[in-house]
Amino acid sequence: MTIARSPEHELFRATVRDFVAREVTPFVDEWEANGIFPAHDVFAKLGALGVLGLEYAPELGGAGVDHTYKVVLGEELGRIPCGGVSMAITVQLDMATPSLARHGSPDLQARYLAPAIRGEHVAAIAVTEPDAGSDVAGLRTRARRDGDEWVVNGTKLYITNGVQADWLCLLVRTSNEGGYQGMSQIVFPTDTPGFSVSRKLDKLGNRSSDTAELSFVDARVPVANTIGEIGRGFQQQMEQFEYERLIASYVAVGQMQCALERTREYLRERHAFGRPLLANQHLQYLWAELAAELDLLRHYNWSCADAIVAGNDEVRRMSAIAKLKAGRLIREVADFCIQVHGGIGYMEETWTARFYRDARLLSIGGGADEVMLQLLSRLDGATA
Amino acid sequence: MHVVVCVKQIPDPAVPGALDAYNTLQREGKLILDESDSYGVEMALQLVDAAGGGEVTLISMAPNGEVSGLRTALAMGAAKAILVSDPALAGSDALGTAKVLAKCVERAGGVDLVLAATESSDGYTGTVPAQMAELLSMPALTFAKHVEVADGKIKIQRQTEAGYDVVEASLPVVVTVTAGVVEPRYPSFKGIMAAKNKPVDAVTAADLGLADQVGWAGARQEITGVTQAPARQAGEKIEDDGTGFEKIVGYLEKLKVI
Ligand SMILES: Cc1cc2nc3c(=O)[nH]c(=O)nc-3n(C[C@H](O)[C@H](O)[C@H](O)COP(=O)(O)OP(=O)(O)OC[C@H]3O[C@@H](n4cnc5c(N)ncnc54)[C@H](O)[C@@H]3O)c2cc1C
Repeated sequence: MTIARSPEHELFRATVRDFVAREVTPFVDEWEANGIFPAHDVFAKLGALGVLGLEYAPELGGAGVDHTYKVVLGEELGRIPCGGVSMAITVQLDMATPSLARHGSPDLQARYLAPAIRGEHVAAIAVTEPDAGSDVAGLRTRARRDGDEWVVNGTKLYITNGVQADWLCLLVRTSNEGGYQGMSQIVFPTDTPGFSVSRKLDKLGNRSSDTAELSFVDARVPVANTIGEIGRGFQQQMEQFEYERLIASYVAVGQMQCALERTREYLRERHAFGRPLLANQHLQYLWAELAAELDLLRHYNWSCADAIVAGNDEVRRMSAIAKLKAGRLIREVADFCIQVHGGIGYMEETWTARFYRDARLLSIGGGADEVMLQLLSRLDGATA
Repeated sequence: MHVVVCVKQIPDPAVPGALDAYNTLQREGKLILDESDSYGVEMALQLVDAAGGGEVTLISMAPNGEVSGLRTALAMGAAKAILVSDPALAGSDALGTAKVLAKCVERAGGVDLVLAATESSDGYTGTVPAQMAELLSMPALTFAKHVEVADGKIKIQRQTEAGYDVVEASLPVVVTVTAGVVEPRYPSFKGIMAAKNKPVDAVTAADLGLADQVGWAGARQEITGVTQAPARQAGEKIEDDGTGFEKIVGYLEKLKVI
């Protein structure tokens, strides 16, 4: 079930679906086993298809269309039978590049955004640190100014695409003000001396995506690599998080749609007590209720996209709601899928096992559920 | 070089089909580009590219005004389309279809090459392209698995059971291409947006001067019955007790494959 916005949205949907089925899905098992996927190869193909720059300026190789096409793209990436690859792609699309597109200098955009749109560069977003995750204002990685250069020291943790990235959208402290003050976003090329990938991390799920711990020791980058205004990094990153949360919710809808469809077909085939499991009203109703919740989220996502197009200042609130609800719902859906598959659902050879592991991330990454609730209670004045 | 590609828009094969009262496939609602025709479109785009210029025109006959299949081919890079959609076309047989498509080729004008699939994937006779060639007084080169165009001549490799024949002709010609000859490109996002503004010339049978030669009125062919394809026979299972390979070799020898 999908919402048809226009013939162009529909043709785009069909194209991405076909691409995913032929160029991505057949390789997923291998990539999951390897604990990494060939991001440069996959991104180059996506770049040729023109999907890595949908909203970005045509001068940079983008398509210059509105945000609604992202909903279609996200939903279709959700049909990839693992969470890792879609996560890596969405980092490039809407987690590491929006600030650069909105606030970056023309020179910085030409050197880093344009190749990311072509799929030649793999980008990563580096915010989280060993001692600062939910509390972004607590981060400590420091960039000290030395003439025209920043000298970066510190550690970043759990960075998606971290092993393969060509550059990072790096959030660091650039003054001693502390708290929300004095942070900046910097485009940090990973071939900079003093930078290293200290560890590739082993994870519960999203195994085809490489997640890294990154180390910075007196690593020098030009001050000209600062995205937007020096000292406005925290605010710019909060804005960038809005896109991150939205695309995560769009993908989740595609993943849940696929999971519910596959589960419905399994219940139709599997017999117990002399009839298909799906003849059991209890299971029908559980399925229908989850499908109904999913439909609410699907429509909410489209409303979020329309709010972005309209430049509506409700986007901060709406993106937090979308991610919160998507994170909660996908856990319920994954649990349902395993439960009604029974023993086979618990087997690694069945898709449900991977889905269950991968689905767990959404309530943690991009701001945990509690952080969404903290933001929402503040925005709605439900604090004392 | 001006290449015309015949493209059929068919009901989505992923959705179970149904027959109407006349034993023909119901074709209401959404239609998609027949995958068999995506090879012709790709081949046409590559030939025009290799020729250093020209354009690709699509021609299609559809039971309704559906253009989504055409949009896919336009998004791949074709320049324009002629769509014949007219209730009067319902019931057209293969020759009726060939007449319509031949008129479309004339309407497109200045055509060097007409490409079609060897057969469509919904309901087909596999005869339309050859009939069209006859009506256009062009040679018909069929079952091409490789196509080269140079100096006003075309050279194809015609697939045969034993291998292939090399066949040459002077342009203009009608060529049918087999599935898999080329790898059809994905429509790029820019292609999709550009397709929106590409011209689709919608015409009726009357516009083509064929009013009473098509549809039920013009059909000389009638579908008198439809039979279920026989269920495929179960193959022979060989249990491997360590000598399974001998049985397989024996079987292949019997087939004279080895
Ligand atoms: C697979 C994976 C990929 C990731 N990719 C990236 C990436 O690419 N870039 C990046 O920068 N980061 C990334 N992260 C990090 C992710 O954003 C953080 O893990 C997340 O923000 C939570 O931070 P934390 O792990 O430090 O948890 P903590 O901040 O230590 O929080 C732990 C838990 O405490 C609870 N909690 C926190 N704050 C509150 C509160 N105010 N009220 C009530 N309860 C609260 C929540 O339940 C939370 O889950 C990734 C993480 C994972 C697991």
